[in-house]
Amino acid sequence: MSKDMTKPLLSVRGLTLDIPLARGTLHAVRGIDFDLYRGETLCIVGESGSGKSLTSLAVMGLLDKNIQRRAERMDFDGTELTRASNRQMRALRGDRIAMIFQEPMTSLNPAYTIGDQLIEALRLHRSVSRDTARARAVELLEKVGISAAASRLGQYPHQLSGGLRQRVVIAMALMCEPELIIADEPTTALDVTIQAQILRLLVDLTKEMDVAMILITHDLGVVARVADKVGVMYAGELVETGPAAEVFGKPMHPYTRGLLRCIPQPGMTERGGELGTIPGIVPSLIGAVQGCAFRTRCPHATEACGGEIPVRGEQSHRFLCVYADGARSVEGEPA
Amino acid sequence: MLPFILKRLGLAILVALTVSFISFSLLFLSGDPAAALAGETASGEDIEAVRVLYGFDRPMLVQYSEWLMRAVRGDFGESYYFKLPVASLIAERLSVTMILGACGISFALLTAVPLGVVAAIRPNSIVDRFALFLSVAGQAMPSFWFGLILIVVFGIKLGWLPPSGASSWRHFIMPTVVLGYYAMPAIMRLTRAGMLEVLNSDYIRTARAKGAGEGRVLFKHALRNAIIPVVSLAAVQMGFMLGGSIVVESVFALHGAGYLAWESIARNDLPTVQALILIFSMFYIVFTFLADVLNAWLDPRMRSS
Repeated sequence: MSKDMTKPLLSVRGLTLDIPLARGTLHAVRGIDFDLYRGETLCIVGESGSGKSLTSLAVMGLLDKNIQRRAERMDFDGTELTRASNRQMRALRGDRIAMIFQEPMTSLNPAYTIGDQLIEALRLHRSVSRDTARARAVELLEKVGISAAASRLGQYPHQLSGGLRQRVVIAMALMCEPELIIADEPTTALDVTIQAQILRLLVDLTKEMDVAMILITHDLGVVARVADKVGVMYAGELVETGPAAEVFGKPMHPYTRGLLRCIPQPGMTERGGELGTIPGIVPSLIGAVQGCAFRTRCPHATEACGGEIPVRGEQSHRFLCVYADGARSVEGEPA
Repeated sequence: MLPFILKRLGLAILVALTVSFISFSLLFLSGDPAAALAGETASGEDIEAVRVLYGFDRPMLVQYSEWLMRAVRGDFGESYYFKLPVASLIAERLSVTMILGACGISFALLTAVPLGVVAAIRPNSIVDRFALFLSVAGQAMPSFWFGLILIVVFGIKLGWLPPSGASSWRHFIMPTVVLGYYAMPAIMRLTRAGMLEVLNSDYIRTARAKGAGEGRVLFKHALRNAIIPVVSLAAVQMGFMLGGSIVVESVFALHGAGYLAWESIARNDLPTVQALILIFSMFYIVFTFLADVLNAWLDPRMRSS
């Protein structure tokens, strides 16, 4: 296993996902590019239905059979995922790439103890004894902050609260020391008080164990706290990607700026003032989609927005817009 | 697990007692038993004599407790018709019925569950359509007619299997198929529906995300959860097969307990009917209890509720 730090761990180019429907083809994800280096956290943000979850399932090779996946490149540390066999994908899944899902209440099998499920995660990929796997499970349960870990192994998922279950799911994802964790809205289904704890735990552990993470969320507050890199997704496209500080400090795409105006910011938002909203709805992606998908809601849309949209910006911070400055000057933002 | 089993056992005993009382009461619900026994030409004195002879003049609860005590020891009295102990009469017939029931339910489960699983893995495929066709045909076709068709084809035209009787294992093949095919459609469709639902659940996606292979996903993670309602259904079907295989037993001239029940009802042979009702109900109770225990083992959530 080469540990080349100069090459991305995961490099995706031109990922396209089409879903054939009776009414026509749904272009759910339309040619997205991103790179993720070892130990980095990439947050993908966007509204529901923007294609975030599908993108993560596409990397895992867990898409429904009816979804057509195409990509110029989906390179995971030298393995081309688009050409990997089922066997190769199975060997990667849970071992080098782990996934954490949104619903802790239903993502554990109700018929088996959490011990069985944790042990299985390790023994699917390592030929270790049950006792060794058990010891590892206890170690990780303690790491994710579960008290009396050894006695929890015999418990069933229905005996645990949502927060505890999500801790178990995180422990399960870490069993094989993966290099990449894909977390699909891991805190959305939890109580607000628990959300922050679980998120902190996830971020601390990934940093501690030097695991790269793709964190999918629609919560910009979360992104601001944990992301190294941000990808803003709109209607199946990554409309803006870049280092978190740059995207938050100087958002280039009109949609990113719209999103940021929707959340209150300390010291920026006036007390009693109104938060921003983005008028309109996400366009249908069924049939041929041309031009910028955001133009129906963008205050700066022109004729040109219906045509080919150029990729702007430098290598690390890029966005898709007909305006060279993403219409920042039109909005009176500093250049 | 043990408190659950004890609770269910207590419940089963209560149900059994209730059922035993009802089956005992049948004797009185169907008119004056003494008059029925004494015959149509009997005088009033004759009837009274019979009443005293059989103890029908005593309080009902006394008679019930006596009858129950004897029944627990396996003494169900004497058949009015055969003038033989009911217990030995039934014991002789029950073995045929039990073999047939066990074969029938095994045949049903062994065809229905795999077919249901395959149909769920590939919905709307040829296998799924074939399974649907089989189940619709099974539900639509009366057992006696299917039995007769088998007899005509395999018993008479081809001469492969004996058309009636119970003297060798070959005699049980056609009855097993007919009885099993009766139970198969419901089990198959329940398995298919359960698997379809479970395969779309989050924990199956989790299992795949862990890197589990398809076989493991299907059999370890999915089937165990999908089979739970099937267990309950199979228990009821099994009870039905033991008690209600009258049609199949008649068609193939297998003189089992179902056939005996039918005959005894026609002959007004109340001790035999009582005993059979009691035994058939006990089968239901025992199988339901076993299904509950099996389900509790399969599904830990059931144990705590």
